Amino acid sequence: MIDFTGEQIQRYSRHILLKDVGVEGQEKIMNARVLVVGAGGLGAPVSLYLAAAGIGTIGIVDADVVDLSNLQRQVIHFTKDVGVPKVKSAEEKIKAINPDVKVDTYYEFLDSSNALDIIKEYDFIVDGTDNFPVKFLINDACVMADKPFSHGGILRFNGQTFTHLPGTACYRCMFKEPPPAGAVPTCSQAGVLGAIAGMLGTIQAAETLKYFTGIGELLTNRLLTFDAKTMQFRTVPVKHRDSCPICGSNPTIDHLIDYEQGACDLKSH
Amino acid sequence: MARIIVNGEAQDVQLPLSLTELIKQNDVLQPEMVSVQVNDDFVDRTEWDGLQIKENDAVDFLYFMGGGNLSEK
Repeated sequence: MIDFTGEQIQRYSRHILLKDVGVEGQEKIMNARVLVVGAGGLGAPVSLYLAAAGIGTIGIVDADVVDLSNLQRQVIHFTKDVGVPKVKSAEEKIKAINPDVKVDTYYEFLDSSNALDIIKEYDFIVDGTDNFPVKFLINDACVMADKPFSHGGILRFNGQTFTHLPGTACYRCMFKEPPPAGAVPTCSQAGVLGAIAGMLGTIQAAETLKYFTGIGELLTNRLLTFDAKTMQFRTVPVKHRDSCPICGSNPTIDHLIDYEQGACDLKSH
Repeated sequence: MARIIVNGEAQDVQLPLSLTELIKQNDVLQPEMVSVQVNDDFVDRTEWDGLQIKENDAVDFLYFMGGGNLSEK
């Protein structure tokens, strides 16, 4: 049992007041270890809300530095941070919001050589990455390591997310393998309304907090999609697929794969 | 005419109709970027041509979505 300080009782009072959270739930949040992969459009709101909520340890993986074109949606990074590693910029904001949070930074790409080692240190993983090879890598590594995770994707005015717990539908149950490299949206199609990242990221943060406190029903075996143009939200039921190559009864994938990413280099356009 | 449900909304279609043709009719921008569920079961890409749509089928197109920025790595 954590002995809450007076300051902590005050800081987390709006959580503690919730009957479903209370002191016990807040304690679970403060003992939680969450890995956020990607400190970009999704990772930014996820990290900010998890820090504010008092998650005990937040790990952040990102090999990039802040670019001016990121600031339209990656709200954890400020204008002064351009050129700074995203993990450093994110760590600074997390600490400023909540000094109680321990931050682990990984200034590197997640790939088949480090994924399992990094993931095994955490209780819940949030996919905030921007590309399909890493989305499949996170899925496969989490399935292999029996770790729950939140998947997130955004494109233009749309977002989608689901939560995976061991035994429920995984990303490969829905999308068997990455799209062909040449099929990724072209640069002109690949934009995104900045606030969409916040909409989707805060859903992922809420799912993370629900996971640790055991509140309600997680987005398992359901894919939530929304179109911000009409503000229509839909949850599509999805089933765990017995023929899934990673979580089915006869898995054919027994090691992590580094897929090639189809390149759309916005910086050169 | 036969009534089917596409992405949760009623649609009237002319049968016979293969899944590949339905995808075309729905102006799916990049068919290689969707995964398709018919009556809650995923249909492998290789079976799209052979699958015939029936009255009352519920079809869902699930799109690949990355992070909105595909330039990073």
